Amino acid sequence: MKQFVCIRCPRGCRVQIDETTLETTGNSCPRGAEYAKDELTNPTRTLTSTVIVENAVIRRCPVKTDRPIPKPIVEDAAKALDGMKIEAPVRTGQILVEHFMGTEANLVATRTIGKREDA
Amino acid sequence: MKEYYELIVIGGGPAGLAAAISAKENGLNDILILERDQVLGGILNQCIHNGFGLHHFKEELTGPEYAERFIRELDGTGIDVMTDTMVLEITKDRTVCAVSPKYGYLTLKAGAVILAMGCRERTRGAISIPGTRPAGILTAGAAQRFVNIEGYMVGKRVVILGSGDIGLIMARRMTLEGAKVLACVEVMPYSGGLMRNIVQCLEDFGIPLYLSHTITDIRGKRRVEGVTVSKVDENRRPIPGTEIEFDCDTVLLSVGLIPENELSRQAGIPIDPRTNGPMVDESLQTQVPGIFACGNVLHVHDLVDYVSDEAARAGAAAAAFVKNGAANEGYRLVKTADNVGYTVPQKIAKDAQQVQIFFRVRRIFEESVIEVRSGETLLAKFKRTHMAPGEMERIALPKVLLDKAGDEITISAKEA
Repeated sequence: MKQFVCIRCPRGCRVQIDETTLETTGNSCPRGAEYAKDELTNPTRTLTSTVIVENAVIRRCPVKTDRPIPKPIVEDAAKALDGMKIEAPVRTGQILVEHFMGTEANLVATRTIGKREDA
Repeated sequence: MKEYYELIVIGGGPAGLAAAISAKENGLNDILILERDQVLGGILNQCIHNGFGLHHFKEELTGPEYAERFIRELDGTGIDVMTDTMVLEITKDRTVCAVSPKYGYLTLKAGAVILAMGCRERTRGAISIPGTRPAGILTAGAAQRFVNIEGYMVGKRVVILGSGDIGLIMARRMTLEGAKVLACVEVMPYSGGLMRNIVQCLEDFGIPLYLSHTITDIRGKRRVEGVTVSKVDENRRPIPGTEIEFDCDTVLLSVGLIPENELSRQAGIPIDPRTNGPMVDESLQTQVPGIFACGNVLHVHDLVDYVSDEAARAGAAAAAFVKNGAANEGYRLVKTADNVGYTVPQKIAKDAQQVQIFFRVRRIFEESVIEVRSGETLLAKFKRTHMAPGEMERIALPKVLLDKAGDEITISAKEA
């Protein structure tokens, strides 16, 4: 038996999972079972960070992976964003990098930022 | 320039936005939002992490995305917005004085006012940490703004005091930006943050959480050079001989939030010392008729989704007040007993329909029960498998049940 605290929602259920049968207890919804299974076999996280945005009134544009990426590459993925620059205008949901870090996930903007008037 | 609005909302963060939109949906046409920042969205703009919106939108959003959903809903509603506008004073007769670079000094009248000013962080001064006063000691939220909005890194070797959610989120954020987070230190025997944040912000990165510990010294002349962390006893007093030294250049404080109620106090609105927010009834009306409060100015929430829901109720109630005026048949008081720290609302109109009561327990519970009593009569019981001070509880009381109560109801919690 292994125990995980489900992070799929803020409730934080303590889910026990049997390593061989993958049967779960303690979860209050199906997402908890799914989480414990994923956490045991292929843990993933959504990466959120910021990149430099030029020609805008603000300096950083927040970004995220549009789906979770494998947990072991999260720190390298964050490093890969160092120095990355984009240009305003940018819209929420706009794809900045397709197949980010060779995964199924795209890197997308999470804030709509207009072009600076004098830029 | 208009001088009268049916509703003025003070603050354009998640509470203010949801309140204004709800008031519009409930029939008001003449609404103004006053926001002191240059943009709407409030603190959500710097909360770039995800996890927002699971309850409200049934999907996982980042802070800026969550804010943008509401800001977009404003389009075409005719709700007026003044950003860069600082409210200086409100009065009991709902006069609002504000100042903005564009319009100068403004005196506005409102049919109803919604307070949605949010909260701010407790600082080093509020908790009196011994030591020198070098650079490198910031509140977690200030650090979050520097890193996520301004694009400045605030330190390389970090110790975080307090395990509130913003501190936990910043532990991960600083780590991903290349800093070394040496420890998260919490004076209480349990974390003040959500369990999921302990897991994904500390455990994921191997950052140790020292429960029942606190910082007992900060060293450094110009910049922080190190801190001493000591274990504390059950009275939160440092235990000599338990000192651990950390060689760090930055201390982030995540030691609690204080509702920002200067304007409310100045207006003579009674404040509940337990929440540091206005005392309200089930419609979120303060003790001053026509002035409502919602979001973190009322009580500190863990989840923005609940702020939006609460604010929508305040907006609907403010709309009803503007249309129908104040009317009720007196109140029942909501009191707290064993292990319950506060409730919102603090009183309930006797003619109220179903009422939701929000509260926090004072310590961690596993299998437990929440009891609602009126005098000696047990009105209702609610079972819980887990409760913690860091997680707001909510119960719903239907009218049939409230009708059985006397002039007071009492909420308490105990082991099952």
